[in-house]
Amino acid sequence: MSPVEKILINRLQQGLPLVRHPYAAVAEELNLNEQQVLDSIKKLLAEGVLTRFGPMFHAGELGGGLTLAAMRIPDPDFERVAALVNEFDEVAHNYRREHELNMWFVLATETRDAIEKTIAAIEKNTGYPVYNMPKEQEFHVHLHFPV
Amino acid sequence: MSTSTSLSEASITELDRKLILATQAGLPLVSDPWAELGRQLNLSADNVLARFQALQEAGVIRRVAAVPDHYRLGYRYNGMTVWDVNDDRITDLGTAVGELPFVSHCYRRPRHLPYWSFNLFAMVHGTTREAVEDKASQIRALLGDACQQHTILYSSAILKKTGLRLRR
Repeated sequence: MSPVEKILINRLQQGLPLVRHPYAAVAEELNLNEQQVLDSIKKLLAEGVLTRFGPMFHAGELGGGLTLAAMRIPDPDFERVAALVNEFDEVAHNYRREHELNMWFVLATETRDAIEKTIAAIEKNTGYPVYNMPKEQEFHVHLHFPV
Repeated sequence: MSTSTSLSEASITELDRKLILATQAGLPLVSDPWAELGRQLNLSADNVLARFQALQEAGVIRRVAAVPDHYRLGYRYNGMTVWDVNDDRITDLGTAVGELPFVSHCYRRPRHLPYWSFNLFAMVHGTTREAVEDKASQIRALLGDACQQHTILYSSAILKKTGLRLRR
């Protein structure tokens, strides 16, 4: 990563000003030119250093359902169950974690009441209970990785 | 509970839905992205920009920003730190933990006794396991005697990662 790319990665995680020419505005702030900013973002996306550049939606405000859920799966059965769980379009992220509850996934559904239905379907397909852990309160969220 | 000014669900219009669908893969990388979106949706650039500003103001859009692959930036250790915090202290302590600069997400979630006694979740990333543990010990110090027990769940594999998508 070049020094310019590092500066841009740090700045662009914080949010673009919502003005008519936002890339030019960021360029001016950082003493770069607009084309440099656009080209760097394209390159970082192509290389996979950035996974996305765009609006970050607050799923809870969109009328859909969102929750974190966990399962406790014995090791010999883990891969089979992971494949069954991942088949659901509603499963957005799924992580294996080092704990007795070893599978953790985020469910995102178009409507709020679809969460319970999806959990019931996962329990039925896999034969294991799902522990639903919806957020009850959100404290500050700031996804920022300085480089 | 969101701290943003809430836009009622009814006021997410069909237009907003179209804007979300048009940008969920990303904002156009051109000098005037609003005009580009306007061409796709048959709207003026000013209309598109004004709607984006309103959605951000209402908290539907948190921000328009870059999402890095944190592994590629060297943050290989992703620790979900979880804490068993006295219920009567969780609002003020959760707020304090959420304000720590290295905590990326912080939520109160329900307990599931006897398997799961933790009610405060704080996500911490680090370039080493020691870095994550050092950050967790700062959270521990902040929680003091309001915290009964805690642990760190490191991720050992990403099984799926597609992000949030609306279907058309």
